[in-house]
Amino acid sequence: MRYSAVSLIRNAFTGHRRWPRVWREPEPKPAYDVVIIGGGGHGLATAHYLARNHGVTNVAVLEKSYLGNGNVGRNTTIVRSNYLCPDNIAFNEHSLKLWEGLSGDLNYNVMLSQRGVLVTFHTPAQRDAAIRRGNSMRLNGVDAVLLGREEVRKLVPIIDFSPSARFPILGGLLQPRGGSVRHDAVAWGYARSADARGVDIIQNCEVTGIKTGKGRVRAVETNRGSIRAKKVAIIVAGHSTLVAGMAGLRLPIESHVLQSFVTEPVKPVLDTVVSFGAAHFAVVQSDKGGLVFNGSLDGYNSYAQRGNMEALEDVAAAAASFMPCFSRLRLLRHWGGINDMTMDGSPIITKTPVKGLYFNGGWCYGGFKGTPASGWTMAHLIANDAPHELASGFTLSRFETGLVINENGAGPCPGRH
Amino acid sequence: MRIACPWCGPRPLSEFTYGGDAAKTRPKAPEAAGLETWMDYVYLRKNPAGRHREYWHHGSGCRCWLIVTRDTVTHEIEHVALAAPQMREGKK
Ligand SMILES: Cc1cc2nc3c(=O)[nH]c(=O)nc-3n(C[C@H](O)[C@H](O)[C@H](O)COP(=O)(O)OP(=O)(O)OC[C@H]3O[C@@H](n4cnc5c(N)ncnc54)[C@H](O)[C@@H]3O)c2cc1C
Ligand SMILES: [Zn+2]
Repeated sequence: MRYSAVSLIRNAFTGHRRWPRVWREPEPKPAYDVVIIGGGGHGLATAHYLARNHGVTNVAVLEKSYLGNGNVGRNTTIVRSNYLCPDNIAFNEHSLKLWEGLSGDLNYNVMLSQRGVLVTFHTPAQRDAAIRRGNSMRLNGVDAVLLGREEVRKLVPIIDFSPSARFPILGGLLQPRGGSVRHDAVAWGYARSADARGVDIIQNCEVTGIKTGKGRVRAVETNRGSIRAKKVAIIVAGHSTLVAGMAGLRLPIESHVLQSFVTEPVKPVLDTVVSFGAAHFAVVQSDKGGLVFNGSLDGYNSYAQRGNMEALEDVAAAAASFMPCFSRLRLLRHWGGINDMTMDGSPIITKTPVKGLYFNGGWCYGGFKGTPASGWTMAHLIANDAPHELASGFTLSRFETGLVINENGAGPCPGRH
Repeated sequence: MRIACPWCGPRPLSEFTYGGDAAKTRPKAPEAAGLETWMDYVYLRKNPAGRHREYWHHGSGCRCWLIVTRDTVTHEIEHVALAAPQMREGKK
């Protein structure tokens, strides 16, 4: 069923109780052309673009939990393409362009709000870095505007501009087309569209083994039986090393927890996404009015999909220092998600030594924005058995050749990217 | 999370810095080690869900490096030892 103003009015007459289910709940078939492990944003986007761009529809997406239980439903919803390295800029800019048309493409409102993403700077050195980044973006055709202190004040008056501010604001780098997207809607919209094109989305189906033979992938073992597949794609975010390990692959990845926080809802106070340049802290106001915060990674290996107090203290301190008017807000909830942090902070979209087995992961804590381009390029890789040009740098072999894509220059310390 | 430092006793996490997987050992003969050995040492990690031996530095305390055995799912700490003796003996 197509969603439209007419369908909305028609369903109003029946009290909105007769909307059809958004996707089917099929039993797994014994075999598929393509099995996608992981029903997060990237797995579902891959299924959608496999069907839409390549006509490949004999596909199953296997999700061990329910759709949206992973990072796709846990992130801070920020989308932007303000990167420095050419591979990352081109990829994330393609992604942003796909976001711009996504609600139409999916016939599902993902509530993209291009309210602008601002990163503040507080020292002359940081200003130089912001100018360099802005120039790099503009050279690559991406919008970037350098703002001075007064322009930042006009845009976001609630930042602490007082003489006693711990980190005085010198200015900021703004990407006007950046913004925020309703994250659950992304999972649901991609799922609905893939399902409508014939893809089986199978929830509560955990992959426990990958069967190979003669150098080829043959099947996946699941808690609901064995499923044969010509091609298998591993797209499991924080669980990358565990699932890739089932096929004997070793990866340059560690799993780390990142946490988010949401306050009680308040009237609109912030119409820009703002990132604090002096500490790891970002904030966006949701449509319901809650202020959504995130901070830095916990910084040590973890598979605990939950929040903890240490990060809370850090984030609360940064929030109160940057925007003092938040200091009396109550936090309603906080939660954690497991991110697969790579050794250079950039993702991996690649074939593997096992024929027919593909890997997509290492999205670190910034993979939500990349969801559409990830699905787009991953579908291309699976359908053609060859990398898409936009993702051709995101190889595994870059760690052997030294051609790492390291935005921060942090070296092989996953917790520091 | 709190780590019970052998010198300083149980201390809050904010006093420590993470040093990563303690199972990694630097190639014995750095010159002779091939690219693959270096690649493995520098980049590849086991990243288990469960028991993990890892380095922590007690920077705001005794400034010693520790080897902590911790469960990465529950964060329960099984064992804490000073890193120096083990490293001197060249044990993993
Ligand atoms: C707190 C937080 C804030 C973030 N903020 C942002 C942000 O503002 N902007 C941004 O761009 N990015 C952000 N990110 C990062 C982003 O959310 C992730 O990089 C991205 O969502 C990962 O891809 P995914 O959606 O496919 O992951 P997921 O949704 O985690 O999907 C992976 C799926 O695989 C499933 N799975 C795992 N193992 C198996 C198995 N054996 N069998 C079957 N299924 C399995 C999991 O259950 C999960 O559903 C944030 C992340 C977190 C945790
Ligand atoms: Zn100590």
